[in-house]
Amino acid sequence: MKRLVPMWIAIIAGFVMLLSAFFPITESLGETVGDVFNVVAAIAFILGAGSLAKVNLAKISRRDQGWGYAAITLICFAITLVVGLGKIGVPPNTQFPLLAWSGEKNADGSIFGWIYEFALVPITSTMFALLAFYVASAAFRAFRAKNLEAILLLSTAFIILLGRTFAGVVLTGWLPDWASGLRLENLSVYIMQVFNTAGNRAIIIGIALGVTATSLRILLGVDRSWMGSGD
Amino acid sequence: MFARIVKWDYLALVARNANANRWQKISSALIFCVIALGSFGASGVESKVDSKVDSRGKIPLNELGQEVIAPPAATSITAEDVAWDAGGVIKISWQPAAGITSATKWIVERSEVLVDGQGSGQGSGQGPWTLVAEVPIEEKYAVASKLSPEASYFFRVTAVSPNGSSAVTTTKSAVTGHWNFFIGAKLPLFCAILLVSACVINFILAARRGRPMKVRRIAALEAIKDAVGRATEMGRSILFVPGIQDMDNIQTVAGLTVLGNVSRTAAEYDAAIEVPTSRSLVMEAAREAVQASYLAAGRADAYNADAIRYITDEQFGFVAYVSGRMVREKPAACFYMGCFFAESLILAETGNSIGAIQIAGTAESSQLPFFVAACDYTLIGEEFMAASAYLSGEPDQIGSLKGQDLAKAIAAIVIVIGVVLATMAVIAPSGPIPAALAWLKGVLGS
Repeated sequence: MKRLVPMWIAIIAGFVMLLSAFFPITESLGETVGDVFNVVAAIAFILGAGSLAKVNLAKISRRDQGWGYAAITLICFAITLVVGLGKIGVPPNTQFPLLAWSGEKNADGSIFGWIYEFALVPITSTMFALLAFYVASAAFRAFRAKNLEAILLLSTAFIILLGRTFAGVVLTGWLPDWASGLRLENLSVYIMQVFNTAGNRAIIIGIALGVTATSLRILLGVDRSWMGSGD
Repeated sequence: MFARIVKWDYLALVARNANANRWQKISSALIFCVIALGSFGASGVESKVDSKVDSRGKIPLNELGQEVIAPPAATSITAEDVAWDAGGVIKISWQPAAGITSATKWIVERSEVLVDGQGSGQGSGQGPWTLVAEVPIEEKYAVASKLSPEASYFFRVTAVSPNGSSAVTTTKSAVTGHWNFFIGAKLPLFCAILLVSACVINFILAARRGRPMKVRRIAALEAIKDAVGRATEMGRSILFVPGIQDMDNIQTVAGLTVLGNVSRTAAEYDAAIEVPTSRSLVMEAAREAVQASYLAAGRADAYNADAIRYITDEQFGFVAYVSGRMVREKPAACFYMGCFFAESLILAETGNSIGAIQIAGTAESSQLPFFVAACDYTLIGEEFMAASAYLSGEPDQIGSLKGQDLAKAIAAIVIVIGVVLATMAVIAPSGPIPAALAWLKGVLGS
């Protein structure tokens, strides 16, 4: 029963969503299913917050290594929750000036907006910036000329890199018009538009067929492993 | 109007000209007086004229005071509901007048009639209007989309030139976009889904009848046991990241099916598994999957719900936690199965730096190169979607993979036909081949 009910909910919801894409009369049903999902996800957020609190409180109580970070996490979580739900510092909406809570939680002047703008955004941007270094290290490893395939990959990457910078134009700009196709900037465009697009489309077609088959397996109840074992 | 006909600069020149005779000077002075008197009522006269011409583009004179000529208005306008749609699309067509070449574009606008009949259109097409589209002057139609189904609209069109705008041409009556039973534009897609589904179901039934099915070996999935075994031998944990999207994403569902298999192997080998999630609902689903696997492996006592935890919805907050955890705990095996974006390379490179064996799978084609560069094994697109069926080994599921292969063969045949037609269309640019190619493009494009 514990497996049967979720499976049937998934099957019915899946078919409704599928039909709503083609039959306008079922469009509102599809929207309802989407709304139900959002409600369930919102309720599940309480479970997520509970898990976060439980794990970090346990770490603090056991005085595990780095328990101070767990304390900081919980303090920040509590502060953000209080200022967000309480709309502390939020100016009232201009349409309802007498209602103190009528403003948006992240409006100018609100503490929640300040936290988002001056704490969260810089921190997440810092994490994102790390990507540049990881791209360099991954490229260094990927482009080592170990065998023929790696040499081809390296050569192609070299053409693309040069073709997308002014260096490519300077290096091969002297080629006459009849050989303009060999200029690095044109070679770069050719590789991206022909080889890259062809390979990418092959992968995308495979993904689309895979998604269809996977969805069908779930809708028909053939694959139940997403709920655990298929038993 | 008189001021437009008699040129101010000519009159001033005559008045100042010493060579002009007396009668010329007197006549100039009289004309000045008439113009000055006429100018008191000029605004009323001009607004009356302009109201006939255009309510928005009031550009009767240019900077030199010369009369400008607005383009002629469209001679007629019709609007009709587009058949086989969801009711939110209406096509507007019009006939341009002769001499329209001076204009540069058409402005198409709509006005909704509310249910009580007192809407913005107020039955006459006048009132506040919303822009539908700006189309080149060569076009004779526009399509208004995303309209409210079963709502009525007036439409109007205006020709615009650098000299001003034409008079508006408005539809005589309101037009309603009606619901249809089926969205006709999606018919090819619907047929394609039916075809793929038929292939898959056919092979599932064949597998149930006992027909042997053979699937090629997928190295990344074969390596799961090795990775879990390595973690067990090293006494370290296994990290499984099911992407950063919610349960409404098929990749997350596919990732959880792999999690079920990995956790079952981990339970059998008595290895610790950790699953950080960025969505609460995924956490709950992952807990169910892992718990069921531990139960199936006869190790219910070893199941630890807190090992499957919610971190944050914030993309890079989640990445910061997982990366930090990897550096501190140094898991021996890392699995990335689901929907990933920019965080894919950060996670995979961190895992690489700690020497973990890494297996990734995603259907995000833009992230595949990163996983291929940084991981030991990568499930590319359809392999990832096939992982659940492959790992289960059940005839039904293996049959569905064969059906998927058949659909792929059909897609390949269509591609070959398209390539042949496109090549032949270059050789013979007229006749049935270009028409067939256009039809194929239309079908696939929709």
